[in-house]
Amino acid sequence: MSGTVKKGYARPLDLKHGRVDLSHGGGGRAMVQLITELFANHLGNEYLAQGNDGTVLPIGTSHGPGRLVVSTDSHVVSPLFFPGGDIGCLSVHGTVNDVAVMGATPLYLTAGFILEEGFPLADLARIVTSMARAAADAGVKLVAGDTKVVEQGKGDGVFITTTGVGFLPEGVCLGGDQARPGDAVLVSGHIGDHGVAIMGRRENLSFDAPIQSDTAALNGLTAAMLASGARLRLMRDPTRGGLAATLNEIAHQSGVGIHLDEAAIPVRPEVEAACELLGLDPLNIANEGKLIAVCAAEDADALLGAMRAHPQGRDATRIGRVTDDPNRFVQMTTRLGGRRMVDWLAGEQLPRIC
Amino acid sequence: MKYVDEFRDGEIAKNIAAHIAAEADPARRYAFMEFCGGHTHAISRYGVPDLLPANVRMVHGPGCPVCVLPIGRIDQVIRLATQRNVIVCTYADTLRVPASDNLSLMRAKARGGDIRMVYSVADALKVARDNPGREVMFFAIGFETTTPPTAVAILQARAEGLKNFSALCCHVLTPPAMRHLLDAPPIPGTPAEDLAGFVGPAHVSTVIGSRPYEFVAADYGKPVVIAGFEPLDVMQAILMLIRQVNQGRAEVENEFTRAVTREGNLKAQGLVNEVLELRESFEWRGLGQVPFSALRIRDAYGEFDAERRFDMPYQAVADNKACECGAILRGEKRPVDCKIFGTVCTPENPVGSCMVSSEGACAAHYTYGRYRDEVAA
Repeated sequence: MSGTVKKGYARPLDLKHGRVDLSHGGGGRAMVQLITELFANHLGNEYLAQGNDGTVLPIGTSHGPGRLVVSTDSHVVSPLFFPGGDIGCLSVHGTVNDVAVMGATPLYLTAGFILEEGFPLADLARIVTSMARAAADAGVKLVAGDTKVVEQGKGDGVFITTTGVGFLPEGVCLGGDQARPGDAVLVSGHIGDHGVAIMGRRENLSFDAPIQSDTAALNGLTAAMLASGARLRLMRDPTRGGLAATLNEIAHQSGVGIHLDEAAIPVRPEVEAACELLGLDPLNIANEGKLIAVCAAEDADALLGAMRAHPQGRDATRIGRVTDDPNRFVQMTTRLGGRRMVDWLAGEQLPRIC
Repeated sequence: MKYVDEFRDGEIAKNIAAHIAAEADPARRYAFMEFCGGHTHAISRYGVPDLLPANVRMVHGPGCPVCVLPIGRIDQVIRLATQRNVIVCTYADTLRVPASDNLSLMRAKARGGDIRMVYSVADALKVARDNPGREVMFFAIGFETTTPPTAVAILQARAEGLKNFSALCCHVLTPPAMRHLLDAPPIPGTPAEDLAGFVGPAHVSTVIGSRPYEFVAADYGKPVVIAGFEPLDVMQAILMLIRQVNQGRAEVENEFTRAVTREGNLKAQGLVNEVLELRESFEWRGLGQVPFSALRIRDAYGEFDAERRFDMPYQAVADNKACECGAILRGEKRPVDCKIFGTVCTPENPVGSCMVSSEGACAAHYTYGRYRDEVAA
């Protein structure tokens, strides 16, 4: 988002009826105008205002000793606007959460936009406004950006790639390889909301109460969990592939098994009903505002208490335990009382979910 | 969730399991085939075998529409999409079925074939309406349950005067496949050797009723219990089968009284009859040619028949030599008896069709049950 504001444009961007055209990515005045009037107007701050090819950031001095955490995520969700959110706030939440579940404080974001020729500027403005609100709520600053435009038919409206940078204090060492047999497995709330909200909109399913995406920044919740003093082994946000994929990743990284209790896994009745109808399993469905935590079993109640005291963790609950299993299987006691594996999903259940 | 949770209740399951354990004669072995892949999936997903005594075993049957599709049928569809520029509309399950030349519908799509996933044949009609300049073909697969919608779509296409819509009718029938299995001499030492009865699929019977199974009891002396797809339905059906075996009875019983009658849905049967007719023979994967086991589009609706419209000769293609799908579909082998199960053949890279659909015996065992193999090993 480099560029110098030059005074004297004849006409401001038509944010009501205007559309993205190829000149908005061409490196000329039109691009500078788009950046200035739209992106910088909503997302600007002292860092973005540096206006150089790269942004110089302070880190480390005010935070004490520590390390950096970096994560990047591309967002191609379809539709761009869905119940409970849009690609703008999603692109902030997704990356903020990836940094936060490492135990870090998210500080900065960069954003790369790939816009399709013909995309309405009014929609782009809605998306940018939503990003700005999400970033402000999460306490992160957008410090660098890029805009490219592709010809009509070569993109699908907007794709957004964000990169997040966070500060990880000395002593915090969470990771997917830290789970140990006997540990407790917790989830911060109801699963499957995001995927079903997207799917419902895509398939024009109408529900009595529309299912809202759970897209939200989790850095407040993760901070509260770290402050609880519980012996946290790891946190993960179960996005694509859902709870099942994330738990299998943990089992593989840590070389352990995981045993779940199906009856304990929180799923909203309307999500369960939609899954039943569409032949989906809530365990495989993407979430954008939930996390899984693994902690020492003795600390589980204290950690749950800290989670439930935070709005994003109100429905937090314990769903299983880590086991000693050389096969690294994730298994589950079903509500019926039988047992089954909870496997990775084969293939793609819902393309372009985030 | 109302009307669903009641049929997955753990306490009731315990109760039925206790009855099964009490009534199953320890001196006997009970092997029942669940014909339908929907039951296979429910049994694996809810862990029903954990609630059964060791001498009560379930044998997976061939009732998975994707699993029984022969390679030649998929090849036909791929050729239409890639060589004839036809828009192919298909249920998602068929996308990953392996075909010739290392292709599948999904891979053909990545190579430029216009292949679209639909949830119902009504979506395919919409694609046809929206693309008047293109040929749109619906890959019509499935047992008696999905057949009436295909018939209705063809009637609707005629009523609307849709000129660019057709269907490749690969609808297959449950009772002839059961007869085919029963006619095959039992092979000693196989899971189906001492087959004592069948769990019949309720959704098929909501259409055809329970009557078409009466020959199984009358001619072959095997009991049939028509059951719903919730785990408690299946358990109740197993209990009913055990009781029939113990009492020396062979009858068609109906566990799914909430929707199945003896005659079935006469209106749906009438619609199917109007548009479709029996094929003299049809190739099933695993079962080979089975007489009078599938449907085709009647002459009167021939304009909607992709086979007539596109002149697409059917070429049978042999399965991969290492693949045991055939024997597994006949109940002669279990997934773990296949040398490539879980190694070369996985849900990510299926070699055989049973590993593709979530209703396939191999996919169900791999996804939900393979921890049992490790325990046994």
